Amino acid sequence: MRIFLLIYVFSLFGILFSIQNKPIEQSIEDGSMIYDDFCIQCHGPNGIGLIKTIPPLANSDFLLNIKKSISIIKYGAKGPIIVNGKEYEGNSMISQGLDAEEISDVLNYIKNNWGNSNEIQITVEDVNNIKNPI
Amino acid sequence: MNKYLYLNLFLIVFSNTISCQVENPPKIKPENKISYKIEVVVDEIPIPWGMDFINSEEMLVTEKSGILYRVTNGKKIIIDGIPKAYVRGQGGLLDVALHPDYKNNNLIYFTISIQDGEGSGGNTALYIAKLLDTKIIDLRLLYKAVPNTKKGQHWGSRIVFDNNGHLFFSVGDRGNRDVNPQNIKLDGGKIYRLNLDGSIPNDNPFTISKNAKSAIYSYGHRNPQGLVVHPETGVLWEHEHGPRGGDEINLPEIGKNYGWPIITYGINYIGTTITDKTEAQGMEQPIYFWKPSIAPSGMSFSTSDIYPEWKGNLFVGSLVFEYLERLVIEDNKVVYREKILDGIGRVRNVKQGPDGYLYLGVEGKGIIKILPIQ
Repeated sequence: MRIFLLIYVFSLFGILFSIQNKPIEQSIEDGSMIYDDFCIQCHGPNGIGLIKTIPPLANSDFLLNIKKSISIIKYGAKGPIIVNGKEYEGNSMISQGLDAEEISDVLNYIKNNWGNSNEIQITVEDVNNIKNPI
Repeated sequence: MNKYLYLNLFLIVFSNTISCQVENPPKIKPENKISYKIEVVVDEIPIPWGMDFINSEEMLVTEKSGILYRVTNGKKIIIDGIPKAYVRGQGGLLDVALHPDYKNNNLIYFTISIQDGEGSGGNTALYIAKLLDTKIIDLRLLYKAVPNTKKGQHWGSRIVFDNNGHLFFSVGDRGNRDVNPQNIKLDGGKIYRLNLDGSIPNDNPFTISKNAKSAIYSYGHRNPQGLVVHPETGVLWEHEHGPRGGDEINLPEIGKNYGWPIITYGINYIGTTITDKTEAQGMEQPIYFWKPSIAPSGMSFSTSDIYPEWKGNLFVGSLVFEYLERLVIEDNKVVYREKILDGIGRVRNVKQGPDGYLYLGVEGKGIIKILPIQ
């Protein structure tokens, strides 16, 4: 019984390890599929958003804060947010039900597009470390 | 030769770019005179997806994240017993509708995204249950679309009734447009018709077709989030989210094909073409298409005397432009369009209450009621 448990735990680690080590190119590609399914309707194909209600993802200063960016995808917006100096109500941004891998992929896609700067890859662990809305 | 090819390509791209910017007539008019105000009936519901009225003081409201509320004079109480919603993308707890004989049997219907059945992901389901005060009992699954999928798009769904003992509900194409909508052996991209007890009407169009889904009423739809049976003519009206520039109003008829994705007036979100066909034999035309897309959700006719100038008009919520659209219809043609409550927020739903007033579900707000100013 204990052996089975050990194997189970090890295989879980194995799965986690392999997911976290997904190459950035793969993560971006997977993220583009998530974007086209879950985000494009409101944020648009170029991440421009809508003037009044949907903040831009292109050249977005909000995305410089990785923890907040993860939180808003994971839990939705809790109250108004400010993007590039402009306030948005944030009511429409609700949790899309994405898992940690999907959230890291879509963020890697967004942060490697449309004028956003990407220094480091966002990992599944980064997403799992955000345990409460920020 | 090459030169002409490039010239042609250029002209195609150029004309597409131009045509994208041209609004399909009639051009929408701004609010011409404000002769109404709003009253918040119930607040703090992030996405009030569906609603129905028990009477003038009481209503049921769904919140997309999976909560069904009973609202009495503006106070909301959570109803117990709703199955767990698979909240993913556009999915969650969707529409709710009282049985036409609710007064005597207390039955309600609701559509919800669930994970039941084989495969990972989920699909749209229709349930019936008995409402007892603030809980439901005798929950019964009437329909579950298959297969499950992790796609976040296009679940539908609205529930309406005709005057002949039928229930209609919609399921979107579930993000699989090249497989589902044109195949009557598969769910998705369909409007379904059931008897009120959930059984299949004998005269449904595909009951004798081999392996076909016998609950299908019409097919070739993309993502219908607006259904209404005209309160006077009894005709079924539908609208659906199309691709960019291709949102449609249809009058779905039994067994007919509404063309998605073989014909459409829209293009992909990224600007590429889906098809060069806007019509084809054996496929029905919409009575109107919105270009640019308004992202329509919810639809209702106003038939009361409360807004005399709006009597008989069609009302549709716009998610993307954040207004309520008023459409004047003559001989099944849209002849006038006007913005109502411009900038109110993403209008998720609109319905005429038993008191004749128009009620809106507005995202981030809740339910509001339109009051005329005397």
